Amino acid sequence: MTRTRMTRTRMTRVAVVDYGAGNLVSIGQGLEAVGAEVAWAPDGDSLGEADALIVPGVGASAPAMERLRDRGLVDPILRWIRDGRPYLGICLGLQLLFEGSDEDDAETLGVLRGRTVLLEDAPTLPHIGWNQVVARRPHRLFDGIRDRADFYFVHSYAGRPVGPDADELTLAETVHGRPFLSALARGPLLGVQFHPERSGRDGLRVLANFVRLAAGQAGGRPAAMAAVAAPTPVRTA
Amino acid sequence: MLRRRVIPCLDVANGRVVKGTRFVDLVDEGDPAELAERYAAEGADEICFLDITAAPEARATLLDVVERTARRAFIPLTVGGGVRSVDELRDVLRAGADKVSLNTAAVADPDLVRRCAARFGRQAVVVAIDARQRSPEAGDRARDVASDVARDVAAYNPQGWDVLVRGGREATGLEAVAWAERAVALGAGELLVTSVDRDGTQSGFDTALLRAISDRVPVPVIASGGASGPADFVAAVIEGGADAVLAASIFHRRIHSIAAVKAAMAAAGLPVRLVEPAVA
Repeated sequence: MTRTRMTRTRMTRVAVVDYGAGNLVSIGQGLEAVGAEVAWAPDGDSLGEADALIVPGVGASAPAMERLRDRGLVDPILRWIRDGRPYLGICLGLQLLFEGSDEDDAETLGVLRGRTVLLEDAPTLPHIGWNQVVARRPHRLFDGIRDRADFYFVHSYAGRPVGPDADELTLAETVHGRPFLSALARGPLLGVQFHPERSGRDGLRVLANFVRLAAGQAGGRPAAMAAVAAPTPVRTA
Repeated sequence: MLRRRVIPCLDVANGRVVKGTRFVDLVDEGDPAELAERYAAEGADEICFLDITAAPEARATLLDVVERTARRAFIPLTVGGGVRSVDELRDVLRAGADKVSLNTAAVADPDLVRRCAARFGRQAVVVAIDARQRSPEAGDRARDVASDVARDVAAYNPQGWDVLVRGGREATGLEAVAWAERAVALGAGELLVTSVDRDGTQSGFDTALLRAISDRVPVPVIASGGASGPADFVAAVIEGGADAVLAASIFHRRIHSIAAVKAAMAAAGLPVRLVEPAVA
């Protein structure tokens, strides 16, 4: 397995929002495998002095938003994004960035213009398995990964950006029926519809690239020794 | 384009991979996490563990195996065998599995599928169906089955397949295609379809069974039971309409490599994920 050695004196600390949605174990293990320090964030007070934030999740938007609200995470996440700090949304964590979801009419974070919509003309639903990620423009998130590499997907819905910057936002697309948004970037705001933590070596490279981007942005900031939330292996409500 | 998956399946008993006739003459074949990592490096698209440990107290051992595997093989992991409740399914997911397959418990309590899907999403719930081709004698047997869930016995279709439970030892009276549709309606995100007639015989997958089910459900169908060589994987997809193909012994005994199977699938024009060998 690829292991990225960090050249910095301290490890990059990645806060992973823990709101009872999805396989957090593998995200934590993936981050550790690429040399990051994982700080579980079960509530709004625990994002702390992390260098980067990952919002994971699979499933429906409405219960996810409800859990984020219950745990006081919505405002801290919005503030984090507004402050231009490194963010990676995985699967549902990407979809929540848009204004709402057709799946259950949930109102979501609304950071990006557009909605989460059902995959169109999909031959099978859910879209489960490995599929090609086709780059629309180069980005450091995919450094060292060939174009059209395969990543692992598990979903039925995908984000659909609208507005003048929709094209610019689109980092990559994937075809299942019609093409859908499989990766996005707007400055330090990143999102992938696939699961890097379950996508073998290339998936770990994506995590490593994200950690490296975050470390670059956090460079110069003093090592934060603030209390880090204890790991919480229990993640379902 | 969505790739057709190749999935090695490992029988696990008391935390070790075992080989042999189910439940008897088990031969220790190694550490599940180590084997899963090897298969991942060789190009497996996913790993499936079938826990054949009979004793409930061995549960902790299984969860430890799942946790160690998730740490080493960064590809999806499905775990089946003995899960009977939402809480048990939750424990397996918490240990690091991506999906749990339900078989006997789903037939006994179909609402369990709905409860698990409502709680964890349908992508986490695989319903495993063990099916045996019907025959006139099988029809007589099915009619004798007294089962609450055997609602389709009256409309017995002699062309269909019987659903078996308890490791293929017990008939239920359910017809496989009808049960497949019901399982999906309840919330199954994938179906793992095993032909009991073909399992262990190396005589090829039951493509008629696979086609009958894959034509009727929108979710991915995983073919299982009967693989003898790469051509069978191609047939499961092209003739059977399977999205993924699972096999055990031909990989464990190194009769065929995952790469050889995928090369045959690619040569037949099927989209597969090709993994370049790791640089040691």
